[in-house]
Amino acid sequence: MAGQDDILLRVEDLKVHFSQKKQHLFSQASHVHAVDGVNFTVPRGKTFGLVGESGSGKTTTALAVMRLVHITDGQVFLGDIDIGGLEGEDLRRQRRHMQIIFQDPYSSLNPRVRAGDIVREPLDQMEVGEVASRDERVGELFRLVGLRPEQQALFPHQFSGGQRQRVGIARALASQPDLIVCDEPVSALDVAIQAQILNLLRALQDEFGLTYLFISHDLGVVQYMCDEIAVMYLGQIVEHADRISLFTEPLHPYTWALLSAVPSADPAIRDRSDRIRLRGDPPSPIDPPPGCRFASRCPFAESRCSGETPALRTIRDGHAVACHLVGDDGVPPQRQI
Amino acid sequence: MNTPSPILSVADLAVEFDMRDGVARVIDDLSFDLMPGETLGIVGESGCGKSMTALSIMRLVPMPPGRIAGGEIRLDGENLVAASDVRIREIRGNEISMIFQEPMTSLNPVYTVGDQIAETVRLHEGLSKRDARDRAIEMLRAVAIPAPEARVEEYPHQLSGGMRQRVMIAMALTCRPRVLIADEPTTALDVTVQAQIFDLLRDLKEQTQTAIILITHDMGVIAEMAQRVVVMYAGRKVEDAPVDELLLNPKHPYSQGLIACVPHLQAVPTVERPPLMEIPGVVPSVSELGRGGCPFAPRCAQAMDRCRQQMPPPSTVAPGHQVACWLIDETRAA
Repeated sequence: MAGQDDILLRVEDLKVHFSQKKQHLFSQASHVHAVDGVNFTVPRGKTFGLVGESGSGKTTTALAVMRLVHITDGQVFLGDIDIGGLEGEDLRRQRRHMQIIFQDPYSSLNPRVRAGDIVREPLDQMEVGEVASRDERVGELFRLVGLRPEQQALFPHQFSGGQRQRVGIARALASQPDLIVCDEPVSALDVAIQAQILNLLRALQDEFGLTYLFISHDLGVVQYMCDEIAVMYLGQIVEHADRISLFTEPLHPYTWALLSAVPSADPAIRDRSDRIRLRGDPPSPIDPPPGCRFASRCPFAESRCSGETPALRTIRDGHAVACHLVGDDGVPPQRQI
Repeated sequence: MNTPSPILSVADLAVEFDMRDGVARVIDDLSFDLMPGETLGIVGESGCGKSMTALSIMRLVPMPPGRIAGGEIRLDGENLVAASDVRIREIRGNEISMIFQEPMTSLNPVYTVGDQIAETVRLHEGLSKRDARDRAIEMLRAVAIPAPEARVEEYPHQLSGGMRQRVMIAMALTCRPRVLIADEPTTALDVTVQAQIFDLLRDLKEQTQTAIILITHDMGVIAEMAQRVVVMYAGRKVEDAPVDELLLNPKHPYSQGLIACVPHLQAVPTVERPPLMEIPGVVPSVSELGRGGCPFAPRCAQAMDRCRQQMPPPSTVAPGHQVACWLIDETRAA
């Protein structure tokens, strides 16, 4: 899809299944199919967005990329290295090239450690740079994320939510990683603070050529931040496109429903007559049924939808969708009536 | 013009909390009216007094350390601030009810949802156990819960987040209240479920003519649901306007910031992505309130000397559009 672009991250047929505790002695073992066959590539210097509702597997995908959950099957390549296959010391050495910014700046910083030491820890752990230069590097990181040098001596509780997230960003930047996973980096922050963090993330990307894997449920934020976007539903990618085509010509009925559901201050969206509403909640990811996983909530579903699993197929340049009902001419079901 | 009288009228409300180092005024000089059948949005960042306003109307401000220090809250003319505890108990859950943010923590985990809905009607309308149960089933059906006869026997943990919020709504609406306060009713929910809840609230409002106060930080939600908006900052009302007027023509720098600082979903995204407008700094903490001057001045790019010294009074810029900002005076004088 990215053609001759320099690919930094390549995820191939990634599966993450969690086994469930048996409900009773004779019940069948069941598995949560959190991520079930996901493929995508992220070009260097770009922001790749994963969107979906809770339980869609977007965070699990990111954690698998970071090797923070066990990968059941599939491969994850960072550059040329198969990080899915690394263990022990090799994996630890590779970690300096990939870092993560967590959702909740309150629980992701150790309350007993001073902010300066939090940012310094990855430098010490991964032996980045000379020992003598590390203090200077911490000072530089504080400046980069918009904190004052004297704030290194403070503990996390002495910062506001936005400032804490800045500390989290400084920690992620410390080892000069190629890839930063941003897992809902602004959803725990107040509306007025979100802009500060989003602007900071974009400025840092411009300055250091960072590559982001950006997870969010907020489509407004995703539309603003991401160059390419994959929409996930129950552990699978249902649509994958660049930023402009996904939002102007969504193909999958689920993407369309998701866009329809966002309350919008833009009258052009609000007054659209063809918005669709979904009924019910997403079905359980425990032992999902065959066929299209969205079929039970899809207003356009036909009998084949619950029988055959639709493959992700490319409709036009860079725009892929997994839906039987999208015609080969690229007309989605929501436009066929 | 023949204006109908408001169902709920808040006038000069002040709420104070005793702190270790003195008294903090968390709500100050707050006035607004809610018309019958209207949806009024209250927006602002956390810590600006939105939820405390709701608790004051419900007379649920924790006392001590808090107290309603002044002003009036009139429900159809009756002053709730002066009402007795017995009278408040008659009103609460009956004429005014509330939906809380987190349905899991506001439902009792050891009672069935049916019992919890029935409790309200048994208390306020004196229905028998059997009739109350029938009413509970009817309410669950009204909020579009499938198989209500079975669900009525279930416990909160057996329901999904969206279902629990429906149960909360069913509970709040069983006695057909005249005013419903919804405090961030969908923040814990996914967007597709949020859309269902909003459709439900709109339908129910249509049927019952309940007036709604909707507390949120999301301007998109305001645009879809409300007719009028009150913007709050540091316990005060900074702007009050019809929703379209506020979205297109916000006057207060804080309202402008709140609208511009979030990347709104656009129908046709632009290729260029200019940096978002930022509101620098953070909301003042309660101990910093009431120091004289406009509370927003330290974060305001256009603040003048006068802003730091004197509190701007509310002034009317258009019919039904009030703003408390000294810049309004400046533009008028110019």
